[in-house]
Amino acid sequence: MTRFNAFNLVKNALGGHKAWTEQWPESQPKAEYDVVIVGAGGHGLGAAYYLATQHGITNIAVIDKGWLGGGNTGRNTTIIRSNYLYDESARLFDHSVDLWQTLSQELNYNVMYSNRGVLMLAHNVHDVQSFKRHIHANRLNGVDNRWLSPEECKEYCPPINIAKDARYPVMGGALQERAGTARHDAVAWGYARGAAARGVDIIQNCAVTAIRRNADGSVAGVETAKGFIKAKKVAVSASGHNTQVMATADVRLPLESMPLQALVSEPVKPIFPCVVMSNAVHAYCSQSDKGELVIGSGTDQYVSYSQRGGLPLIEHTIAAISEVFPIFNRMRMLRKWGGITDNTPDRSPIIGKTPVQNLYVNCGWGTGGFKATPGSAHVFAWTIAKDEPHPINAPFTLDRFRTGRLIDEAAAAAVAH
Amino acid sequence: MLLIHCPYCGETLPEVEFAYAGEAHIARPENPSAVSDEEWAEYLFMRDNVKGVHYERWRHLHGCGRFFNAARNTITDKFLTTYEAGAPRPALDTLTEGGK
Amino acid sequence: MSKYRVSGRGRIDTSRPVSFTFDGKRIKGAKGDTVASALLANGIHLMGRSFKYHRPRGAVAAGSEEPNALIGTRRGPGRFEPNTRATVQEIWEGLETNSQNKFPSLKFDVGAVNDAAYMMFSAGFYYKTFMWPRSFWDKVYEPFIRAAAGLGVSPKEEDPDTYASRNAFCDVLVIGSGPAGLAAARAAAVEGLKVVLVDENAEAGGTLLSEPQAVIDGKPAWDWLSSELAALKAAGVKIMTRTTAIAYYHQNLIGLVEKLSDHLEVLPQDTPRERLWRMRAKQVVLAQGALEKPLVFHGNDRPGVMLAGSAQTYLNRYGVLVGTSPAVVTSHDSAWFSAFDLADAGAKVQAIVDTRSEIRQELLDGAKSRGIRVLAGYTATGTEGRLRVKSVRVNPMQSGKVGAPETISCDALLMSGGWTPSLHLFSHTQGKLAWDDDRTTFLPDYTPEDCVIAGAGRGLWGIAAALADGAEKGQQAVEALGRSAIAAVPAVKNDRTGTGVSHKELPTDLSPGKAKAFVDYQNDVTAKDLRLAVREGMKSIEHVKRYTTNGMATDQGKMSNINGLNIASDALGRKQPQVGLTTFRPPYTPTTFGAFAGYHRGGHFEVTRKTRIDSWAAENGAVFEPVSQWRRAWYFPKAGETMDQAVARECAATRSSVGIFDASTLGKIEVVGPDAVEFMNRMYTNPWTKLGVNRCRYGLLLGDDGFIRDDGVIGRMGQDKFHVTTTTGGAARVLNMMEDYLQTEWPDLNVWLTSTTEQWSTIALNGPNAAKLLAPLVEGVELTEEAFPHMSCVECTVAGMPARLFRVSFTGEIGFEVNVPAPMGRQLWETLWKAGEQYGITAYGTETMHVLRAEKGYIIVGQDTDGTVTPDDAGMAWAIGKAKPDFVGKRGLARPDLTAKGRKQLVGLLTEDGSKLEEGAQIVFDPAQPVPMKMVGHVTSSYDTGTTGRPIALALVEGGHDRMGETVHIPMPDRTIAAKITGTVFYDPENAKLKI
Repeated sequence: MTRFNAFNLVKNALGGHKAWTEQWPESQPKAEYDVVIVGAGGHGLGAAYYLATQHGITNIAVIDKGWLGGGNTGRNTTIIRSNYLYDESARLFDHSVDLWQTLSQELNYNVMYSNRGVLMLAHNVHDVQSFKRHIHANRLNGVDNRWLSPEECKEYCPPINIAKDARYPVMGGALQERAGTARHDAVAWGYARGAAARGVDIIQNCAVTAIRRNADGSVAGVETAKGFIKAKKVAVSASGHNTQVMATADVRLPLESMPLQALVSEPVKPIFPCVVMSNAVHAYCSQSDKGELVIGSGTDQYVSYSQRGGLPLIEHTIAAISEVFPIFNRMRMLRKWGGITDNTPDRSPIIGKTPVQNLYVNCGWGTGGFKATPGSAHVFAWTIAKDEPHPINAPFTLDRFRTGRLIDEAAAAAVAH
Repeated sequence: MLLIHCPYCGETLPEVEFAYAGEAHIARPENPSAVSDEEWAEYLFMRDNVKGVHYERWRHLHGCGRFFNAARNTITDKFLTTYEAGAPRPALDTLTEGGK
Repeated sequence: MSKYRVSGRGRIDTSRPVSFTFDGKRIKGAKGDTVASALLANGIHLMGRSFKYHRPRGAVAAGSEEPNALIGTRRGPGRFEPNTRATVQEIWEGLETNSQNKFPSLKFDVGAVNDAAYMMFSAGFYYKTFMWPRSFWDKVYEPFIRAAAGLGVSPKEEDPDTYASRNAFCDVLVIGSGPAGLAAARAAAVEGLKVVLVDENAEAGGTLLSEPQAVIDGKPAWDWLSSELAALKAAGVKIMTRTTAIAYYHQNLIGLVEKLSDHLEVLPQDTPRERLWRMRAKQVVLAQGALEKPLVFHGNDRPGVMLAGSAQTYLNRYGVLVGTSPAVVTSHDSAWFSAFDLADAGAKVQAIVDTRSEIRQELLDGAKSRGIRVLAGYTATGTEGRLRVKSVRVNPMQSGKVGAPETISCDALLMSGGWTPSLHLFSHTQGKLAWDDDRTTFLPDYTPEDCVIAGAGRGLWGIAAALADGAEKGQQAVEALGRSAIAAVPAVKNDRTGTGVSHKELPTDLSPGKAKAFVDYQNDVTAKDLRLAVREGMKSIEHVKRYTTNGMATDQGKMSNINGLNIASDALGRKQPQVGLTTFRPPYTPTTFGAFAGYHRGGHFEVTRKTRIDSWAAENGAVFEPVSQWRRAWYFPKAGETMDQAVARECAATRSSVGIFDASTLGKIEVVGPDAVEFMNRMYTNPWTKLGVNRCRYGLLLGDDGFIRDDGVIGRMGQDKFHVTTTTGGAARVLNMMEDYLQTEWPDLNVWLTSTTEQWSTIALNGPNAAKLLAPLVEGVELTEEAFPHMSCVECTVAGMPARLFRVSFTGEIGFEVNVPAPMGRQLWETLWKAGEQYGITAYGTETMHVLRAEKGYIIVGQDTDGTVTPDDAGMAWAIGKAKPDFVGKRGLARPDLTAKGRKQLVGLLTEDGSKLEEGAQIVFDPAQPVPMKMVGHVTSSYDTGTTGRPIALALVEGGHDRMGETVHIPMPDRTIAAKITGTVFYDPENAKLKI
C-alpha cells in the first residue's frame, strides 16, 4: 500500500501517476475464513477493518453482490450528527462522531469529515420542547448541542428564511457544531483499502444466496454465486437485503425496506455553510465541497426494492427547501436517486448477536446509517470478535422487540397536540 | 407515483389517494392474552418484507376509506392484483404483472 | 452583419435584431438566436471556464447537452439563475448574461494556475492529501476547495416568479419531435386517441431543422415539416415545445416541464415561468434521437473545438458559421456532411481528417468537388490557441504507428466520434440495455413500462430510417391500445446516412500521461484520470465515475458517459458490458426547483386549517401558533402586554370568573351502530358498557404495543352513539386506526365511523361563572349540579342553535364545551361573548389552556407522554377496564419491560428555590456525578402560575410514583436546581371548584 501524503502525491505527479497501486486487490474467495461479512458497505468494510486492526482477526472475507460502497453508503446525503435523545442512541452516535474526527488520519485516506455544524430548525412549540429536551439530555451525556434563536439561526446559515409570517416560522434551532458531513464514497474506499492492506479479502459481484448452518444450528458458512465458503462466523450488514439474507438462517427481522430519495442541485459557489435539517417541513440541506446543494427527502410509504421513488415526494421536498430557503427557488435540480432503507419499528438499529450461534447482524439503520459508520463498524467488530456486545451496542438487541424495551427515537419526536 | 386499483370503487387511481398500511394477512391473535411475548412480538413487528411478490394492505384514504389487499412486486413496483380485505391470498401462479 | 452570419441560412429572423449583454458588453443577435448562436455570430467562442483547471471553454454543442457554455442569466431584480446553458437560452432584448467561474475576467483568470499544476490535480488527489495537520481540513483546505469549486453563484434574492403544475392524461405521448417522433405522432393520430408530442427545443423538427437539404415526399424538409406540423395539429395532436420530459416514473407517469417565459422580452401578466405536467400516458414513444460523441485527444477542449453536428446546426438553424476556416476531425461519415454544408456556406474548410483509411467514394467526391483536402487514416494529437483554437496537429497512422505530425491552421475544429442513442428516459423506466458491438454502444433492450423507443434512439441513422421506424412504433402504440392504424412512410431524398468507428483516446505520438484529452469537459476529467482510477483498483464503472467525477457534471454524462466507458473498458481489458454503464438519473436536464415546488410556496406551502372562530381571534389581536396543520390562537395580548402578562391575565380571569376558548380543532369522531359500545370497549382502555346515555368519560387510547397514543373526552349520546374527541394532531391518525381495526380485525361489528371534526365548532367556557353565563342561553337542560352534573352531555339548544353540550373541564373550573354546527361557530362565540360581558368574559388561547390544565395535573399526550409511556406510567391505571378480556394495548402492557420496575412515571415537581424549570430539562438523582450523567427523567411541562403562586412542573421520573417527597436535581448549564417530587395535581385536589 502506497502511503497517501503530499510527498507521494507530488512524486507521483512528476512520474505521471504511474506508480499508484490498487487501493484494494480483486480477490477470489478462499475455501474458508474466520469471519465472512455479508455486505461491502461502510459498516461491513469498517467492521473488517476494526477486526483486523483491533482484534487481530485478518482471515476475513467481505462479500458483496455488487460493487463495494454501492448501497446506501454511496447514496446518502452524508449528514453526520449525534444529538439523539436517548442515552443509548446518543452514546452510539457520539462514539461515531468521536471516530469521525480523526478517521482520515486513521485510514490514511481523506474522507473529508467536515465539522461544519448541523442545525435543526424548530417550527412549532412542540419542536421547541422536543429540541430543548434533546439539548439538555445531550449536555448531560457530554454531547455537543445548543439552542439558537431564530436570529442566531439566520446568522449561522444566512439562506434560512426567518420571517415571522412564514407558513411554518422558524422558532429557533438546535445546533451541533461538532457534527457535519463527509465524503461518502471515500469512507467505503478508505476502509476497503485499510482492510485489504491487512489481508482482508474483498469479494465484489458475488451474491450471497444463503447462510448454511451446521447440524447443531450454528453457522457453517455462506452459499454464494461462486460456491460455498466455509466460515467460523458470519456477520450480515447488507442494508436493503438483510431480511432475505437472514431469512436463509431462519432469523426473522422487524424490518420494512422503503425507498428513500435524495437529490443535488447544480453546483454553485459557497452559499450554504452548514447542514440544516427541518423535520417539521421535511427539508434537509447541505452544500457539497463540489458546490452542489445536497438535499434529502422522506421515504416513500411502501416496501420497495426498486431504488426508484415517486414524483410527489420530490415535489414536496423541493417545496420544503424553497419554503425554508426561498433564494434557491431558481436553482436547478441536477440529479436525483433512490436507495433502500431498512426501517425498524422504533427507528433504532439492531446490532448484535442473533438466535443462531456465530451469526451476527447489523441492520435497521433506516435513513440514518451513514453517520454511524465508524462507530457501528467498531462495536460490530467487537461483537463479532468477542461473541458479546460492546457496552455501547448492548441495548440494540433484536430481543428488545419482545420485551418492549424499545429505543424509540421516532416516538421521542412524538406528535403535535 | 403508482396507480392503484381500488377493488371497492372499481377504479384505478393515483397513489396520492391511498395510504399504505403494511404487510397483509397478519391477523391479530384471537385471544391476545393467551399468546407468548415472542408471538406478540411476531404479530406486532416481524415482517416478511418480501423482495418479489408482496401481499400488502392499502387504504383508499381519500376515496371510499376502505382497507384492501394487494399483491405487488416490490422489485418492479408493479401491482399484480388488488382484492377485498378478508378475501384469501390469491395464489401466485394465477397472477401476472400488469402490462408487459 | 458579421462575417460569421450567413445570409439566407438559418431559421432566425435577421430583420428583427435583438441585443443583449454578455459580461456587460452589448451583443447583437437576431430573433430566434440562442445566446451561444448570437455570440458565435459575433465571432465569440470563449464563453466560460472549466470547473477544476479553469481552462477557457466555448460551446462544444448546440443543445441541452452542452457542458461548457454555462452562463448566469438575469432579468432584473430577483430573476437571476446560474449555470444556464448558453446553447439553450433564447435571447431577448435586454437579457443580461455573464460568464462564470473566473476571476478577474473571462480572458484572464487567475484560477488557471490550476491548469499549470494539472499533474497535481489528478483524479482523486484530494483523497490522498490535505490530512495534516488535522485542524487544517476545516479551517484551511476545505474552505479553499469549496471556494475554488462550484460554477456560477447562487441566486441571493427571493424569486418573484410563479410556477404552475397540471395533471394530464393521454393515450400516446411522443417524446422528441424529430423525424421519428413526427412520424410516430402522425401514425398515432387516430380518430379518438389523444396524442401529445413534446420537444425541449423552441421549435419542433429535431434533426430536420439542421438538415434542410433533405427532400421528403417531394418537398424540401422545412416545407414538409411545416405541413406535417399543420397536419398533426389538424388531427388533434397537442404539440408542446420548450417542454422537457424530465423523468419517467412508475406506470407511464412522465414529468414534463414546460418553459413559458424565459424566452420572452416582456413577461405576460399572471403567467407562470414554468409549468410541471404530470402526464399519465397509456403508451409512450421515446424518440429522443442520438447524441454526438466528442473525440478524445489532447486539446480537444479549446474554444472553437466543437461537435461537427453542432456546427452544422449553428449554420443551418441559426445561420452562423462557427469559423471561416474550419478543420474537421472525425471517425464518422456524418462530419463530412457538416464540412460540406460549411463549405457550401462560404467557409474554407482546411481539411477533413478521418481516423479511417477507407472512406466512401461519395464522400471523397463531395470533398474533392469542394476543394477540401482529405487526410484519411490520420489521428489528431493536439491543438493550439490560447483563447480559441488556431491549429490542429494531426499525424498519419500506419499499421498502428503514429507518424510525423503536421499542423493545420484553422479557426474552428469540428469533431465527431460518432453517435450514441439518448437512453436517459429509457433508463428511468428501469429499462435494460444491450451492448451493440458494431455500433460500440448500448441500445435499448427491455423495459417493464408500456413504452417503445424509435429512430436514432435505438441506433437507426438517417431521416428515412427514422421516419419509417417512427411510423412503425406509432402504429405499435396504437395497436397496443386495441386500435388499428395505417402509417404511411414518406419517401426521402438527399438523406444522409453513414457509418463510423468508435475510439477510446485517439492514438498519439506524445506522452499519453501528459495529454489533456478531455472526456468530461465540465468536470475536467481526462482520459488519463480514468486510467489512473482503474490503476488504483476502481473496476466498476460506478467506482470510476465516483473517483473521477466523470459523467457527474450538469450535462449528466451526455457527452462523457460512453467515451468514459470505452476508455475504462480498455484500461480494464474487459468488454463494456462487463464494466457496465452508470445509471442515468433524472432529471433529463437540470430542472428549476420552482417547477417542482409549483403552487406550494409561502402561504400555500401547506394548507392552513382555520376554525370558524379564527377570524374573531385575528380581529381581536390573537397571536397564533401552528399546531399540526391548524393555526390556533396562542394568546390574546392587550396593548403593551408580553406573552407572560397576557397568559397570566387570561388564567386569572378564567379562575376568577369565566374564560372562553376555541376548542374546534379537537378531533371528533362519531361512533355509531348496534355494536358501538363493544367497539369502544375494544378500542379504548376504559370500560364503556355501563356508561349511561348523556354521560361522558375520559378515554385513553393505546397502541397494541401498550403505549399511550391519544386521549379525549367521549360522550355517549345514545345507546349506540358515541361522540369521541381526540387530540388536535391525532384526529386523522385515530380515525385511521379505528377504521383499521373495525374493517380488518372486527368486520363482524356493526359500527359506522365518521369524522366530524369539521362539522362542529366547539367552544369551551370555563370558570366559576360559566354556568351562570350559559344557563340562560340553553334550552333543553337545566345547568344545575343535579340535572347536569360534571361529565354529562346532552343534545340541546344553545342560543337557538342545535348543540351538543358537554359538561367537562380541562381547567379544573366549572366547564362546558358547546358544539354547534360549524358554520354557526362565530355567531355562538359572539353571543357568548356578549352574554359574558357582565362577567368580564376573557378569551384565552392554547397557552393558557396548557397552564390551567397543568395546574390540575391533566396530561397532554405528546408533551407529557412521548410514545413510550403506559397508562400506569402516566398515573392513569384507573382508566383501564381491568375486567375487559381484551382491548387494544392490553397484551402489549403485559410485556416484560412494560411491567418492569423503575419505569419513568409522571409526577409533579416543585423547585426548592421557587424558580421555574425549563421544559425538557433532565433530572438526576446524584448531581455530583461526572458527565455522562445517569439521567432518570425529564421535565415535560413547566409553568409560572399565578394560581398557585409559584412555578409548577410535571416530569417523568424513574420510579417516580414511589418517590413522593424525595428531592431530585436538575443540572442546568449554570447551576443545579433541586426539586421535590409531588403529586401531579397542584390545584383544587378535592375537585370542589368543579361544582356549580
